[in-house]
Amino acid sequence: MERHFDVELNKLRENLSDMAALVEGMIDNAIKALVERKEETLGNVFNDEVEVNKKHIEVDEICLKLLALHQPTAVDLRLITSAMKINSELERIGDQAVNISQNTTSLVKQPFFIQLPIIPQMTEITKSMVKDSIKAFITKDSDIAKNILLRDEKVDDLKREVFKKIINYIIENPAQTEYFIDLLLISRNIEKIADHTTNIAEDVIFMILGQDIRHHHLFDEHKT
Amino acid sequence: MSLIRAEKLNLYYGNFHALINVNLSIEEKRITAIIGPSGCGKSTLLRTFNRMNDLIETVHIDGSIIINNENIFSKTTDIDSLRRKVGMVFQRPNPFPLSVYENIAFGLKIHKIAKTRNELEHTVEQGLKSVLLWDQLKDKLKTSALNLTLEQAQRLCIARLIAVKPEILLMDEPCSALDPIATMHIEELMLELKKNYTIVIVTHNMQQAARVSDDTGFMLLGKLIEFNKAEKIFTNPDKKETEDYITGRYG
Repeated sequence: MERHFDVELNKLRENLSDMAALVEGMIDNAIKALVERKEETLGNVFNDEVEVNKKHIEVDEICLKLLALHQPTAVDLRLITSAMKINSELERIGDQAVNISQNTTSLVKQPFFIQLPIIPQMTEITKSMVKDSIKAFITKDSDIAKNILLRDEKVDDLKREVFKKIINYIIENPAQTEYFIDLLLISRNIEKIADHTTNIAEDVIFMILGQDIRHHHLFDEHKT
Repeated sequence: MSLIRAEKLNLYYGNFHALINVNLSIEEKRITAIIGPSGCGKSTLLRTFNRMNDLIETVHIDGSIIINNENIFSKTTDIDSLRRKVGMVFQRPNPFPLSVYENIAFGLKIHKIAKTRNELEHTVEQGLKSVLLWDQLKDKLKTSALNLTLEQAQRLCIARLIAVKPEILLMDEPCSALDPIATMHIEELMLELKKNYTIVIVTHNMQQAARVSDDTGFMLLGKLIEFNKAEKIFTNPDKKETEDYITGRYG
């Protein structure tokens, strides 16, 4: 027997799915502008941020209403509390896309010096993490969520590689420091997006399995 | 659109002032819950909507209740017709000691709603279908309604009301005798019924009011303290008394 409450929960899922699609588009447009050195697509990022912020408030209101009116328990409670956290993570991903856009705006005003193919490579992995994190939430698939945690390590490795390369470039080309700092910040923003996505994956695992896997290394250290 | 409107409603049981200057407007095809501590007047208010309080000798009422633009306290009001239009579901299911079929057919015969046998059978079937009992009871129409489970009996009582084509269903603690699963089923039924009927429910169970109602009124010591959308009442009520009650600090 389907509950009326389930209809409300489905609306919540749909809202988060729409929000995720928006932030994915923002990342896409920001990186496209960086790779093509064209500012045109950045307008979409700033416009979409307004929409994401509206959704952020809307989803919080839906969650608050569901908590107040339905007093959810067990899996329903975990779903709504996870949705609230995922909502905040998506909003922060949107903010990071805006940061990338701002750095890109600064970058394209400077003469072209070098492209770093690792950055689009990081972006592709990160975008797939965003997409899969929401897929895991919607389909309640903990395996997809667990796989995201592994990909985060790959993004961290790539970011370290970018840092090393950029430090060397700066040493060899000190006159281009501003250019490289913009690239450095962009890679940092992408890595942050991957971190937010990892948080979403952890929330999804908690929602599905009821297991809190955040900060597990702290507990592992205590055991040894 | 407003279907029920109480204006400056005061009700006295002898010298006791039970409803104090109540003003409220109930919208059609919505569920309105009245909540409040014991003795606050919520059941009394509910019973004024179909003049059930007339049965108490010492009752005196001032003010008006307008249903479909007519003051139900007018001298020309036909009480039988009013109670057909505004039906009541009680705390404990009260099926008649008759068969399942006759429980529903009874009102249809009394009010001369069904004229032919076919019409009667069709309406009984529709009534049972509307409360999702048809599949369970279609082969037991001749068995006594007293043998039903509490949930089935409460559903039957709702079907009995619906059969006489009311506009408004008043529910006075309709789930207080039911277990949590049966309560959930009745709540789901209420949410289905509101597509066609206006429902006013009195409940001690705040969680139930939150789950099912679109609008909620909080009563205290005979006064309607606050009336608003359920979402507003249960997330950010305007009155401190309401907040104290719904957070368990009072009552």
